[in-house]
Amino acid sequence: MSDRELTFAEAIREALAEEMRRDARVFIVGEDVAEAGTPFKVLMGLVDEFGKDRVIDSPISESGFSGIGVGAAMTGMHPVVDIMFGDFLTLVMDQVVNQAAKVHYMSGGKLKVPIVFRTTLGATRRSAAQHSQSLHAWVSHIPGLKVVIPSTPYDAKGLLKTAIRDQNPVVFFEDKMMYKLKGPVPTAEYMIPFGVADVKRRGHDISLVATSSMVQVALSAADKLGQIGIDAEVIDPRTTKPLDKQTLVVSAKKTSRAIVIDEGYESYGVTAEIASVIADGAFYYLDAPVKRMGAMDVPIPFSPVLEDLTVPTEESVFEMAKVLCRRN
Amino acid sequence: MENAESTMTTPIEPTELEHWLHVYEQMAKIRAFEEKVNELYTQAIMPGLAHLYSGQEAVAVGVCEALRREDYITSTHRGHGHCLAKGASIDRMFAELLGKEAGYCKGKGGSMHIADPESGNLGANAIVAGSAGIATGAAFSAKRRGSDQVAVCFFGEGALGQGVLYEVMNMASLWKLPIIYVCENNLYNEYTHYNETLAGEVTARAKAFGIHVESVDGQDVQQVYETMQELVQRARRGEGPAFLECKTYRFYGHHVGDISRTYYRAKEEEQQWRLERDPLKLLAEKLVTQRLTDQKVLEQIQTNVEAEVEVGVQFAMNAAFPEPDEVDQDVYA
Repeated sequence: MSDRELTFAEAIREALAEEMRRDARVFIVGEDVAEAGTPFKVLMGLVDEFGKDRVIDSPISESGFSGIGVGAAMTGMHPVVDIMFGDFLTLVMDQVVNQAAKVHYMSGGKLKVPIVFRTTLGATRRSAAQHSQSLHAWVSHIPGLKVVIPSTPYDAKGLLKTAIRDQNPVVFFEDKMMYKLKGPVPTAEYMIPFGVADVKRRGHDISLVATSSMVQVALSAADKLGQIGIDAEVIDPRTTKPLDKQTLVVSAKKTSRAIVIDEGYESYGVTAEIASVIADGAFYYLDAPVKRMGAMDVPIPFSPVLEDLTVPTEESVFEMAKVLCRRN
Repeated sequence: MENAESTMTTPIEPTELEHWLHVYEQMAKIRAFEEKVNELYTQAIMPGLAHLYSGQEAVAVGVCEALRREDYITSTHRGHGHCLAKGASIDRMFAELLGKEAGYCKGKGGSMHIADPESGNLGANAIVAGSAGIATGAAFSAKRRGSDQVAVCFFGEGALGQGVLYEVMNMASLWKLPIIYVCENNLYNEYTHYNETLAGEVTARAKAFGIHVESVDGQDVQQVYETMQELVQRARRGEGPAFLECKTYRFYGHHVGDISRTYYRAKEEEQQWRLERDPLKLLAEKLVTQRLTDQKVLEQIQTNVEAEVEVGVQFAMNAAFPEPDEVDQDVYA
């Protein structure tokens, strides 16, 4: 498939660099994005190529620079706004939800907001309750937004390029634990369309629908399930909005069992929406209720022994799959 | 009388009579428009909410007359005056207010969300200070594109309670953006006098960011216009943002339904403003006192704008509602 491997962070950086070379309207704004390259060093080196006019260090004013991004997008620019931690979405919700998401509709289609909000999700970095949440369900709830949650370097690059060329506001979630994950990324240019799920592993006995950080968990669980003769299919929706319902339903019809695994809070979350789509579309084919596995409904604790209990793991997915397949 | 310390002293140049008659006409147009909105609303022809601009016309007109068509504005829930002053047409405004397909937003925005990019209007915003980021972003974009445009952010003194305004003013000053923050201080945050909600001084806030500050009598259209001209020139020269406080007054309540309002402001106060501080009367008096024009000319302007309003309303009343299949169009571009 590819002649080289990149880390998740390198894939993001390469997508940004390519799009900034292609289109002078693209710029990056956020806290410590220039010389610092963000705390995760994802943007390292971009300021050297594109200068401080296009890789702009902002004050610690998430709402303010997000709003400036929205206005710039409405008037001919294409901002990529860096929200350092997904938890800080709380600070920008008015700009994202009431402004960016609604401007096109409220103006009867006359104004457009081609903007990308890049942010993070994912726990287990020992960062405690305000730097560990996965809040992608919030924005997935809002008409007018598109929401991307890639799980591999290849997907991250292809989807980010699509996001930057989209004419709508896109919220792009990167699992902060995945930045060092390596994977094949071709040197030739490619893009990945939104709303197209990817089958990460083919199988016949059970569908594991997993997003972002949970795809690796599902794949590991699938390997383990294979050892006891359960052939799991792993499907990554890649975007929660738009959601590729068809691929999910087709898979569930084939396997008759499904678990939805996502790192957002389990209640009222992405797992609920996807489980409902599967239950609705594959009802007469199912041999078991669709199960949901999300983050435990608690603020993310600091202590490693507690934090590790809050997110689905290879082991917990394995156990749940065994139950659904009546192999326990 | 609070907010009304200023008097009109600068004489009008006779050579500029035509300009000031145009200014008068723009203000009269807004007044007539809003009177009609009041009528439509109270007759239950107009759905939703209506926040009337009457009393504040000198701000919208004084500011927008100092702008070019391609310059940007963002507006507020009390935004009809801004839209008209920037160049929107009466008929499509009414059509939007009545939820018709021919409206500026195909009836999807309504009174509080009129946007008209053709005239530089990036939209009215129903979140208080909600457009502060958008306007500042438009100024950022103009500077980056080297387009020579400026942006104006209209907001009321109620927006001074919102943190995002301070975040963007800080960046506008840091990055020397061509934006003018126009604070229409009409004394009331909805139903509460701003003395109860605001510590310190209005203009001190912008000064703290190193932003150039002016405070004017918002009922004196000449003062608003001339001050604004200087601020726009500064911005175009690359000298950065400015903050213009316009001391003004809304003649009606917070919205049309806000009728019994003596619990927050006295009838005498309202009457005094209408009698002594009406921006239309003040300009008319000036033009007549200076013998530059006479009542007959001004009455003719009034007749003309009322006729235009009537035609506009008829257009809107006769216009079609959007088809049901419009409901999920324009969610995504």
